[in-house]
Amino acid sequence: MTTRPSLNRRRLLTAGAAAAASPMLFSIARAQGSAPIKIGFPTPLTGAFSAEAQDQVRAAELAVKEFNAAGGYKGRMAELLVRDDKLNPGEAATRTLELIEKDKVDFVVGSLSAATQLSINAVCRDRKVLFNSISQSDAINEAKDWSLYTFHEALNPHLTAGAVARYAFPKFGKKVVYLTADYAYGHEMVRGFQRAGQSLGMQTLADIRHPLGAADYSAFLPRIQALKPDVLVLCNFGRDLVNSAKQATDFGLKQNTKVIAPVLLYTSRLAGGAEAFEGILGGTSYYWGMEDKIPSAKAFNDAFRKANNGAVPSDYGALGYAGVKSVLQAVKNADATDSTRVSIALRQLRYNFYKGEQFYRKCDHQSVQSVVIVESKSKAMKDKYDVFNVLAIEPADEKNLRSCDELGHKITT
Amino acid sequence: MSEITPQLLGIQLVAGIALGAVYALLAIGLSLIFGMLNVVNFAHGAFFMVGAFLGVYALGLTGSFWFSLLLVPLATGLIGLVVERFLVRPLYGRGIDYPLLLTFGLSYVLVDAMRFFFGIEGLPSSTPAALRGATDLGFGFFPTYRLFLIVAAALVIGALWLFIEKTRYGLIIRAGARDPEIVRVLGIDVAKVWLLVFGLGTAIAGLAGALAAPTRAVNPEMGITVLAESFVVTVVGGMGSLPGAVVAGLLVGIVFSLTSLFAPELAELSIFVLMAVVLLVRPQGLFGKAGQMG
Amino acid sequence: MSESTLIEQARGSAGALAAVLRFTARHRVGMVLAFLLVMPLLLPYEALAVNILIFGLYAVGFNLLFGYTGLLSFGHAAFLGIGSYLAGIAIVSFGLPWWAAIPIGVLAATVAGVLIGLLAIRTRGIYFSMVTLALGQIVYYAFYKAERWTGGENGLRGVRVEKIDLLGWQLDFVDPVTKYYVVLVFVAAALWFVSRVLASPFGAVIEAVRENETRAAACGFDVARTKLLAFTLSAAVCGLAGTLRALHLSIVPIDSLHYLQSGQAVMMCLLGGMGTFFGPFVGAAVFLYLEDVVTHLTAYWMAAVGTVFMVFVLFFPRGIWGSTLAWLERIAARGERA
Repeated sequence: MTTRPSLNRRRLLTAGAAAAASPMLFSIARAQGSAPIKIGFPTPLTGAFSAEAQDQVRAAELAVKEFNAAGGYKGRMAELLVRDDKLNPGEAATRTLELIEKDKVDFVVGSLSAATQLSINAVCRDRKVLFNSISQSDAINEAKDWSLYTFHEALNPHLTAGAVARYAFPKFGKKVVYLTADYAYGHEMVRGFQRAGQSLGMQTLADIRHPLGAADYSAFLPRIQALKPDVLVLCNFGRDLVNSAKQATDFGLKQNTKVIAPVLLYTSRLAGGAEAFEGILGGTSYYWGMEDKIPSAKAFNDAFRKANNGAVPSDYGALGYAGVKSVLQAVKNADATDSTRVSIALRQLRYNFYKGEQFYRKCDHQSVQSVVIVESKSKAMKDKYDVFNVLAIEPADEKNLRSCDELGHKITT
Repeated sequence: MSEITPQLLGIQLVAGIALGAVYALLAIGLSLIFGMLNVVNFAHGAFFMVGAFLGVYALGLTGSFWFSLLLVPLATGLIGLVVERFLVRPLYGRGIDYPLLLTFGLSYVLVDAMRFFFGIEGLPSSTPAALRGATDLGFGFFPTYRLFLIVAAALVIGALWLFIEKTRYGLIIRAGARDPEIVRVLGIDVAKVWLLVFGLGTAIAGLAGALAAPTRAVNPEMGITVLAESFVVTVVGGMGSLPGAVVAGLLVGIVFSLTSLFAPELAELSIFVLMAVVLLVRPQGLFGKAGQMG
Repeated sequence: MSESTLIEQARGSAGALAAVLRFTARHRVGMVLAFLLVMPLLLPYEALAVNILIFGLYAVGFNLLFGYTGLLSFGHAAFLGIGSYLAGIAIVSFGLPWWAAIPIGVLAATVAGVLIGLLAIRTRGIYFSMVTLALGQIVYYAFYKAERWTGGENGLRGVRVEKIDLLGWQLDFVDPVTKYYVVLVFVAAALWFVSRVLASPFGAVIEAVRENETRAAACGFDVARTKLLAFTLSAAVCGLAGTLRALHLSIVPIDSLHYLQSGQAVMMCLLGGMGTFFGPFVGAAVFLYLEDVVTHLTAYWMAAVGTVFMVFVLFFPRGIWGSTLAWLERIAARGERA
């Protein structure tokens, strides 16, 4: 005798409908305001900068933890949704669309390369979602990429290059050669150096462009040797810097030339090793060794050490921390979670989370901040983390940035 | 550019030869595998990368650079043997595209394998103590290690030439490349020959990686651009031709080096233009046989 | 139940299956569209669905040359990229509306297809693959350098299409669901076009060229012209996919033009099934969905993708769709014979 499945199925369907409708009941029963504040965090977890990206994630999670431990915002906790953008702008755009459309994030913080931050920005601003970029770029300050929702916590090449130039050029001689990675970021760094160098009377002997990601610099170094500059500026980043520093050392360039770099990353230094980086000086947004001079740095380092088995935060890591922390602070200040009101509050924010006083400039939302000048060391290292000497800290000053006019901005207040 | 002196040109030329030495080694491996097995090894750059990683690792483990140079080709050769036996062999006779596609997928796996074993950041590599510093060539100073690289490559190429031209096994390889059927008819296990040739090709690629490691950063992505450059060299020289691989390797190295001197932004573009021109004007390359590969 | 009734039942269902397969083959575009209409409901978010549409079209365009004509090109990313960049530049630098940008992108890709095709078809076999790789890389470096127009390494930003005016209706292109269906209209039109081409006498000729060039030439077909036409059509379809991608992401990333992007087209076609109409689409969908899922599970997504790909090359060279179709056809044939 066959049973009548249709009856059972109908019963199942009605039960299912009831179950589907019940979340509505549950949400009323839920305490109002327990919905988490979601922050999307796209960053290149795989690829050439995964080490830096993972540090960004660790530090960002610390910021979220601190926010939640302090009670969150009106009982609402913050939640970090980390996604891998694979250092690929197309992938970054897709991930950001996923975060906004599927995960319905309130804000986005993240990115590591110039290209990915610009693509994340493009997606966010069209959908009016606040984006705080923690990656270096000059382009994101310019009017054509900017929006009310675009914020830039990280340094930009112009500021970094300028700070290093102002420190180094007066000390080592007037003749300079640039070995520049041939992409926007490299060009921006050279421009920053040359602008600052002009008033110091620097003479550019050559600006030699190498392909981005070049593995072998032997084609460029003999010419640099022949030019006999006082200063060689390695205008490249990350792996390129490690490669060119190493090979410049091999070619014996350091005997007669001071080698400087606009951005000296903690992770690059660890990857390249003491010998390749010996004597090289450069700029950075943060180095843990600042904690002797800056109380907020010490507080941040201690919190990070506690959460990460004694490891210290890197420069990009610190950016992850500050980027998330300032957005969450703005949420509290604005007493709201929609991007428009939080953006307005973020514009007014003055903060000191890890390196001293900072604030966002009104016209382009660039975080005005100090630049640290460090020099790599190979002797007298107290432990594996002690890789740099802090030579100087250039204080935060709006004058060191490109002017609002130059960037094409009309509003300045 | 008043600073371009004959001395600078001389040094730039030597730099081109050193660059070309690495290219030549890579192209030889590719040509060997293609000439013998008709397989385009898209994982060749990955084997180069694996060789670099293993070289640095072996150096750290044993403290001896020479020993690591011995170990690395054995290791990458062994991996090559396994790959040929189990992954490539089933695909013979299915058409030239399949082994190519397989090795493309393999390259993805090898990259992540290195990330898994050695971390995402790569390994710091340094020049062995005995070869540090620069040598006075008369017209300028040049890093000693790179001179060693030229010598090492020349030795490997020489040894390979001796093996192929003067030994019985080399004879079998040459015959097998010309006509596999006859070789089989003569009672020789062609499959075994192919297995060993693939292993030999990947061994040389790994050795090239270990030799190149002290001159550049060792990271999982280093094989991607190297692969494209290796293709350029192999095509220019003639796919399947060993003398072609050597000559083209040096040629491409020198072209890249000199273009970098005069128009550095065009350096990368120039070698692909060279590749396209050769393919269109003389597709079999400088030394390849016409009509080989339709 | 007697044996004869069982056999009859089997024959009946096999016959029904055969009838379904015949119906599907005749109305393949319609069936595909029916599936695509409901696809967003099966996926976690619409942006993934739009990506599948775009890359599905890219793979179908590529397959016209690879699966049907038998030419393995490793430089097809050039057409995807040229379509994207030219459409983007039309919008960003010239302020043209979207309905002008798309044809411009497609036209540019078509012209590039003719030029590159003229050069490439002079070579055969592996040399064809190598020369397309080289030409593709040249296009890559050229666009990279033209920073003023393309943004160089930063990519081209500002490809904003917010409102679409269609016959009096105003559609919000930023809304994910609307965007999907608008893109679907273009993809559907292109799929219909490809289907027509494949069903035409020309479609038969390109398959003849794939099977045996000499014999096709002996039958009097102009092989070179056939290859060039196939190459150009393939470029045009890939170019359209590129223009849609620019509008979808609001940016054009520089690695749209890199050889790894060309390699992706190959992988998608093989995964899905090279000799079938819908196979590449399936391959694109599986590839992107797999990548999405795997990225959430592990950092080693490259190893996962590579392994899956190798498994398919070794054991399922017909691809998912190709193998499925072959299996269904075998059942139907066996049933009819019983």
